[in-house]
Amino acid sequence: MTEERLIISRKTNNKFFLMIAIGVVLLIAGIIIAAMSGGHQAEGHGEAAAAGHEAAHWTKRLYMNLWLNNVYFTGIALVGVFFVAVQYVAYAGWSVLIKRIPEAMGYYLPIGGAVMLITFLLGGHDIFHWTHDYLYNQFLEDGVTPNPQYDPIIAGKAPYLNFWFFLIRMVAYFVLWILFFNWLRRNSINEDLHGGTDYYHKSIRISAMFLVVFGVTSSTSAWDWVLSIDTHWFSTMFGWYVFASWWVSGLAVITLAVIILKQNGYLKMVNANHLHDLGKFVFAFSIFWTYIWFSQFMLIWYANIPEESIYFIERLGGNGGHFKWIFFVNLLINFAFPFLVLMTRDAKRQMIMLKIVTIAILIGHWLDFYLMMMPGTLRTDAGIGFIEIGTTLIFLGVFLITFTKGLAKASLVPVNHPFVEESVHHHV
Amino acid sequence: MTKKFVLGIYDDEDVLLQAIENVRAAGTKIYEVFSPYPIHGIDDVLGVKRSRLPIVAFFCGLFGMSFALWMQIWMLGFDWPMIIGGKPHIALPAFIPVTFELTVLCSAFGMVITFFIVTKLKPSFKVNVFDKRSTDDKYVMAIEVKEGVTDISALNNLLRSNGAIEVNEKEVIK
Repeated sequence: MTEERLIISRKTNNKFFLMIAIGVVLLIAGIIIAAMSGGHQAEGHGEAAAAGHEAAHWTKRLYMNLWLNNVYFTGIALVGVFFVAVQYVAYAGWSVLIKRIPEAMGYYLPIGGAVMLITFLLGGHDIFHWTHDYLYNQFLEDGVTPNPQYDPIIAGKAPYLNFWFFLIRMVAYFVLWILFFNWLRRNSINEDLHGGTDYYHKSIRISAMFLVVFGVTSSTSAWDWVLSIDTHWFSTMFGWYVFASWWVSGLAVITLAVIILKQNGYLKMVNANHLHDLGKFVFAFSIFWTYIWFSQFMLIWYANIPEESIYFIERLGGNGGHFKWIFFVNLLINFAFPFLVLMTRDAKRQMIMLKIVTIAILIGHWLDFYLMMMPGTLRTDAGIGFIEIGTTLIFLGVFLITFTKGLAKASLVPVNHPFVEESVHHHV
Repeated sequence: MTKKFVLGIYDDEDVLLQAIENVRAAGTKIYEVFSPYPIHGIDDVLGVKRSRLPIVAFFCGLFGMSFALWMQIWMLGFDWPMIIGGKPHIALPAFIPVTFELTVLCSAFGMVITFFIVTKLKPSFKVNVFDKRSTDDKYVMAIEVKEGVTDISALNNLLRSNGAIEVNEKEVIK
């Protein structure tokens, strides 16, 4: 088995930096536009401004965008590590040739952790309603007058949702994830250098441990970072829902990266059979996401309990129908489109079909996260404009730089993996 | 009516795959190859066309979906409208689980039934076992001998030169 080294040319790298630069320009333009029209908006929303302390400000929109994109890209990076772990534990042979791609996705995790920490510390009040101290005091300062802003529901969640515990959890997730990512990656690279099956067996044990950690943290991080935005609301499906969204986006990134690398002359031994399996993954987990989505929606719709159905009201008729189109586009682009397009065997084996579908899914699941976060925070002030596109481009550029840098650090073919021969001869 | 077959017996998978390619390249039509287990890649070398069963599955599924939707909309919307849980008579989300189940059921049953019909698989189906060892540890390549041909030495040579450990003749009543 021969090594294959990815070489990122200066030109490619410049493209990524250009992407970031365009993102910054768009973001600044968006912020200027938002800041200029800010006063105008407050006039139009006099009622809202009078009722609330949280008149929408461009900083809030910026923090929400940072949060949205960071949760999205961190999830994708995490799914890379998860994918590798699953393949190890399943003793999978087919995926060995493409294994380095999900592995390199994990390199974004430290950046994701830093951005998340900073965004939370700076914009926590804008993102999370529960971070406001006044919600928790039953009485005003004199100790007798009831506090009109006291929120018994949120106060009841204080043992879990409080600033310090939240911060500790966030740090703990990232420490654990990065630890396991480094551990797996180190074994994988040492395997390339020294060979033998010891690294393989060790990786299986590390992966098994990581899966346990991931099983818990993927759910709790979804509660922390996404569910707690709608603090009053709760859903037992939510951990699964966010996981499904992350997982299918991650699979789409892996598939897309494999195709782009292949089209640029790398991954010579990867053929239609490997693409077929990746296509099946993308196809199946699009349906899985829909299944989770519907399981959550139908029970809430059927029971029609106000405290539960408020979540979907905000996304359908509520907020002046502001999010209605995203609600339906979300289903079309993430379910109907991949379901119908990737149904046949031939479609899963063709790069062009897979490319179209994976790009659509990546846009679709970005919208999915948008739909999870914006109605509870920005409400009718949410939009998709320069700020959104700019922030996403910046994150995409940073993700691509770290990802390709990580990919270039090691051979694209794990030369000494015990199953590499099986992967080369993979046949579906 | 009887038909005559020449059977090449092989004991190695790779030799067999190579032999199939060579025999077909020599212009001989292979009737069937029997093996104790599915062999990867044998479909390609044998030139077996891809199954059209998935198309049947799709249309059976489409039928199941349409039937389920029609049934529920007609029953609950027109034939016997009832208010359930304060929902409208035709409440689409509530119909999805039944629609999903019937889609899967129809497409699965449709596939199995079509498979039985196409392969003529029924309790009275008589299987011509050319060589019982093909259920154990040997691979058997069967070539139909054209009517009127009596000399099979050419076929014999072709098979033997491609690694057959044995070449037998067998007459089968059709």
